[in-house]
Formats: sequence, C-alpha cells, structure tokens
Amino acid sequence: MKIVVCIKQVPDTTEVKINPQTGTLIREGVPSIMNPDDKGGLEFALQLKEQYGAHVTVITMGLPQADAILREALAMGVDRAILLTDRKLGGADTLATSSALAGALRTMDFDLIITGRQAIDGDTAQVGPQIAEHLDLPQVSYLEHLEYDGNKTFTIRKQTEEGYQMLQMDAPCLVTVLASAVKPRYMSVSGIVDAYNREVEVWNADKIDVPEERIGKAGSPTSVFKSFPKSLKPAGETFEVSPEEAVDLIIGKLKEKHII
Amino acid sequence: MDFSLSKTEELFLQMIREFAEKEVKPLAAEVDEEERFPIETVQKMAKIGLMGIPIPKEYGGAGGTNIMYGMAVEELSRACATTGVILSAHTSLCCAPIMENGTEEQKQKYLPKLASGEWIGAFGLTEPNAGTDAAGQQTIAVLDGDEWVLNGSKIFITNGSYANVFIIIAMTDKSLGTKGISAFIVEKTDPGFSIGKKEKKMGIRGSATTELIFEDCRIPKDRQLGQLGKGFGLAMKTLDGGRIGIAAQALGIAQGAMDETVKYTKERKQFGRSISQFQNTQFQMADLETKVQAARLLVRSAHYKKDKGLPYSADAAMAKLFCAETAMEVTTKAVQFHGGYGYTREYPVERMMRDAKITEIYEGTSEVQRMVIAGKLFK
Ligand SMILES: Cc1cc2nc3c(=O)[nH]c(=O)nc-3n(C[C@H](O)[C@H](O)[C@H](O)COP(=O)(O)OP(=O)(O)OC[C@H]3O[C@@H](n4cnc5c(N)ncnc54)[C@H](O)[C@@H]3O)c2cc1C
Ligand SMILES: Cc1cc2nc3c(=O)[nH]c(=O)nc-3n(C[C@H](O)[C@H](O)[C@H](O)COP(=O)(O)OP(=O)(O)OC[C@H]3O[C@@H](n4cnc5c(N)ncnc54)[C@H](O)[C@@H]3O)c2cc1C
Repeated sequence: MKIVVCIKQVPDTTEVKINPQTGTLIREGVPSIMNPDDKGGLEFALQLKEQYGAHVTVITMGLPQADAILREALAMGVDRAILLTDRKLGGADTLATSSALAGALRTMDFDLIITGRQAIDGDTAQVGPQIAEHLDLPQVSYLEHLEYDGNKTFTIRKQTEEGYQMLQMDAPCLVTVLASAVKPRYMSVSGIVDAYNREVEVWNADKIDVPEERIGKAGSPTSVFKSFPKSLKPAGETFEVSPEEAVDLIIGKLKEKHII
Repeated sequence: MDFSLSKTEELFLQMIREFAEKEVKPLAAEVDEEERFPIETVQKMAKIGLMGIPIPKEYGGAGGTNIMYGMAVEELSRACATTGVILSAHTSLCCAPIMENGTEEQKQKYLPKLASGEWIGAFGLTEPNAGTDAAGQQTIAVLDGDEWVLNGSKIFITNGSYANVFIIIAMTDKSLGTKGISAFIVEKTDPGFSIGKKEKKMGIRGSATTELIFEDCRIPKDRQLGQLGKGFGLAMKTLDGGRIGIAAQALGIAQGAMDETVKYTKERKQFGRSISQFQNTQFQMADLETKVQAARLLVRSAHYKKDKGLPYSADAAMAKLFCAETAMEVTTKAVQFHGGYGYTREYPVERMMRDAKITEIYEGTSEVQRMVIAGKLFK
C-alpha cells in the first residue's frame, strides 16, 4: 500500500494574531509547527506502515522553510518527503492550493491520501475535500478511526455532530483526519540523527501535472478581504430554579432582549 | 567558533521538550511523593531511543552526540530530576564504560539491550568505607578457575533495584593499591548477587538508590571489563563523563526553578503589583538567569570536547561544580520568591530545592571537583 500525507506548516498558536490593517497573519515571533490535524493523519499512516508495511510519503506546499516539518516527518518514520515550492505557487487560496497538490499527486502512485481536517491558520477545512474532487476520488472527512482489511477496503469511523458514522471505502481514496483522533508518536532519536542526512525532494511547478492558470495567485478566485479574530462571548448566566420558574425566567429574558 | 545548535540538535530539542512537558512533568510530584521509580516513563523513553542516544547505530543506539544526550538530561530534569538521573546513570555510568572499555563480545552482548532500554544500567563504586576515597575498596574479586568470585557490598547505587547490568569496581589485589582494582560486568541474575536496603532520601526520591550485596557471587571470567588492575582509572574516567550528565541534571533543575519563578512572580501580587515588578526580584533574577546560561555553556562545551575526542576531565569538573552550585542557589532563591507557598508541596520549587542538593554530592562532591580543577591548575 502506498500512502501520501499532505502536511502544512502553520504558526504555533490557535490564537493567530491578525494585522488589522492588512488582514494578514502576523507570523513574526511565532514558531512554526506541523499542523496538528496533519500530524494525526501522519500517525495513522505510520500505524498502517507498521501493520501492513505501507510506504508513506509526505508532501507539503510552502516556502523553503517548510523543510523543517518534512524533517520532522522523516524523524517520525516516513519513507519519502517532498517539498513543493515555487514562486508561481504563491498567493494561493484553497482552490489553487488543492489544484497544486492534486497536480503533484497525479504524478504519484497512491492507494490512500491523508490530509488534516483543517489547518489552524487558514482554517477552511477545504483543501482535503477539494483534492479528492480534483482527482475524482471517494473521500471521508473527519476521520476518527481507521481499519484496513489488508487488501483494498478501509472501514472508517467518521465524527459527526450527533455522534459518528461507520463507513467503508475502497482504495484509492482520501480521508481527512482530526488531531484529537490519535496521539501522534514522538520523533525517534535515531530518526532525528538521520533526518538531515536524508533526501527531501524539492519540486517546482513544472514537476506537477496541472495547468499554470490553475495555481498560485492566477488560480485563486478568492482573495481575503478582511480577517479578524472572533470576539469572545461573555460567560453565560446560570440560574438554579424549578422548571416552572425557568419558563418565566427565560421568557422574561427573551423579552428583555427584544427577541420575542 | 559557533555557539548555535545544529539543525539536528534543534530538532532533538523540539522533541525532548515536548516529551518532558507531556510525559514527564505531569508525574514529577507523584514520583517524588510516593518515592516511586517511574518505570512507565523509562519504557516510553526506551521506545523512542532515549536510552541509547550516544551509542553508535552498529550497537543498536541512536548514533547521536553527547551534546544531544546532555540536552536530554537537562530537559528531563527540568521537569523531573529523578527521571534525569535515571538516564544519566544508565548512559554515562553503564553504557559508556562498556562502549569505551568493552571487548567486541561484551559490546555486542550488552549495548544493544541497554540502548534499546530493554535493560537498565547502573554503576557500583561507592562502599560504606569507600566514598570520596574510592581507592579504599573492600569488595574483593578472586579468580577461581573460569570464574570471578565477588564478595562485599556497595551502597547508594542509582537504579539499583531496576538495573539488569552493573559495572562493579572491586579489589583484585590489595597489595597493589589502586593498581589492584578492576572492573566487572555483573548481571542481576548472577548467583550470589542481591539488592539490599533502599535509601529514603531528601530528593530525587523516585530514583531507586540501593545497596548491592555480593556473597560468593560467581561470574564468568570474561565479564572482567578493561584490563586487570586498571579498574580505578576506568572508574575515574567513567565519572569524568558522568559528571557532565550530572551537570546537565543540575542545569535542568535550575532552569525548571527559573521557569516556575518567572511565572509565579508575574502572577503573585503584593502591595498592588506583581512581585516581578520589584527591582529586588528583577536584579536577583537577572543574576540567576546569567548563571544558568553560563552553566549551560559549560555543559555544552564539556560535551563538545567529549564528542570531539579532546581531553575534558577538568571541563567536566568545572561544569559539574558550577551547575550544581547554581542549581542550589537558584532553587533556594526560587523558594524565597515563592514565600510561604514555596515552602509547601503545592509548588514544585520545594521539590526542586531538595533535588538540587544531591548534585553537589554524587559523582564526586563539590570538594572533589575543586580538587580535580586545582590538580590541573597546579600540575
Ligand atoms: C487567516 C486566513 C484566512 C483565509 N481565508 C481563506 C478563504 O476564506 N478562502 C480561501 O480560499 N483561502 C483562504 N485563505 C488561504 C488558505 O488558507 C490557504 O490558501 C491555504 O493554503 C489552504 O487553506 P487552509 O489553510 O484553510 O487549509 P485547510 O483546508 O484547512 O487544510 C486542510 C488540510 O489540507 C492540507 N493542506 C492545506 N494546505 C496545504 C499545503 N500548503 N501543503 C500541504 N497540505 C496542505 C493539510 O493536510 C490540511 O490539514 C486564508 C488564509 C488565512 C491565513
Ligand atoms: C542519591 C545518591 C546516589 C548515588 N549514586 C551512586 C552510584 O550510582 N554509584 C556509586 O558508586 N555511588 C553513588 N553514590 C555515592 C556518592 O558518589 C558518594 O556519596 C559521594 O561520592 C561521597 O561519598 P561519601 O558519601 O562517602 O562522603 P565522604 O567521602 O564521607 O565525604 C563527606 C564529606 O567530606 C568531604 N571530603 C572527603 N574527603 C575530602 C578531602 N580529601 N578534602 C576535602 N573534603 C573531603 C566530602 O566532600 C564531603 O563533604 C550516590 C550517593 C547518593 C546519595
């Protein structure tokens, strides 16, 4: 089995600070990490490698410094690492990002593609599903648990708002993974010692199978008009009253706020 | 001259910090309170290769540097000094002497199991009547046909009851003085070998410090480590390396206490402001931070020399002396900055102050380090 995991380098904070003037992320002074959901996805891939001898590739599209998360992935035990980097890929929205990644994946062999559910900076959760669409693959998002029959079929537990669903899907296919689903392993010391002696393949836009107008700024129909941090809701009020009193209380409050 | 970490070392630091924070720190208070050897942590360490950091890959180790090993002891000790010394004694006092003095057969037999953490290592030099004056060995080894027969006892042995392999120093010919001392590899299961009393300690309370007893303990002849009569030098050289590990442990304790104190003094308010805003706090903390950074550079430069194969004996002594005294000073002041709360077990600085003290005592007291340094100075 061949698995490709898409990983993204993100700033290490869930409270990304945004420059109010430009609407862009303030990255200075924030260390970069592997996106947590992607690390969860990588763990699933490495477990499949241990159980079934899968070959695991990681790919990231990003700036040259994204090399750091590829080294980390190597130290965790992946077989192959690819850095897709090119000025032509810059300024991509989710569509152009997924087009570029799909373009890279088209040139590769795979049975399973794993992405994180969501990147903690861009936060759209669109790239994984879009890759599946570009490649015309079946997909399951929000994966919590994964089993493999050793041949072709994956049995997947998918988180939903109400609970979970059990689904089956045949390779080749794509899943998006939640960080909370699994505890990723630590890099091994021996893997760390080797990480910088191993090869990270550097690919440019010419290496991937996608028309140039579909990538980078040119391939991005979306541009971020304005970003702002969510304002925090104040803590709610708690009342301990009987059900009868509660009805009056709630109606009173709703009237007070002119909701009814 | 380059003071920056290599990319590999940076990656290692990222991993070990996360490991210490998530796996070690949450257990530190409990391990201390219950005087419990954190075996589950050691197993986790083993799984990722921390028990064999500087051991070459051909012997099942990770093939890392001593600088990395020092960073591991520092970061583990920053969270829990017990965990730090378990790794230090195992690596510096058991793996290293086998690596440096063992025959090919001995290395093949012991290093892969030690490096993988399947076996834990220990080192027995100290005896009731041979402490600082380690030459006064009373444990005796006599050759009987194809076997060495050991009689005597060792005290204060780190990892004692959890170790599978012990480097044991014993007298093979009393008439020759230190030239009649030799080293041996003893296994837990050897006949006539047993673990005696476990010490109740002030600090590093989770590390199992025990007595070792040899009653006609018979081991095969080929368990002699290094040359006959060269055991004293082997032990001293082993301790040279070990001292950098203990220096790293002390450094980690000091850093842990700094972290706690910065956090606490920012939060705690008296006279309407954070106590971190008092100039007394700021100036004292600035001095301590400077010492901690100096301590770190001493540890790194001693390990650098060891990695490069340069002489490092005096560097190790200086690192240990300075780090241990810095740890004691930082932790004592950390308790002071915490006031009454620092004196209780609600806050980790109380434990850190107790843990720090041992670093001035074992693997040569601070007095011994001064002797080593002066010895080089006035040679
Ligand atoms: C604050 C902010 C807001 C944004 N808003 C929008 C928007 O509204 N619309 C829009 O189109 N774009 C938006 N973008 C741009 C978009 O986030 C980036 O283009 C990004 O490359 C892809 O989207 P994402 O970060 O949301 O990833 P997600 O779709 O959340 O990521 C899902 C998974 O896809 C994979 N993945 C994502 N990016 C990469 C990569 N570069 N390399 C490898 N794998 C990857 C990872 O496995 C990841 O876990 C925004 C960016 C920022 C910083
Ligand atoms: C928790 C713990 C773990 C240990 N682990 C190990 C281990 O794994 N393996 C092992 O072999 N040993 C171990 N030891 C033993 C430790 O190394 C010794 O305790 C230490 O070397 C001091 O020896 P001593 O206790 O006999 O003190 P003593 O030698 O009796 O010293 C008492 C005091 O006299 C001072 N002193 C002695 N001689 C001189 C001198 N010539 N000039 C000036 N001052 C002097 C010392 O500095 C000290 O302050 C451990 C000890 C402890 C407490």
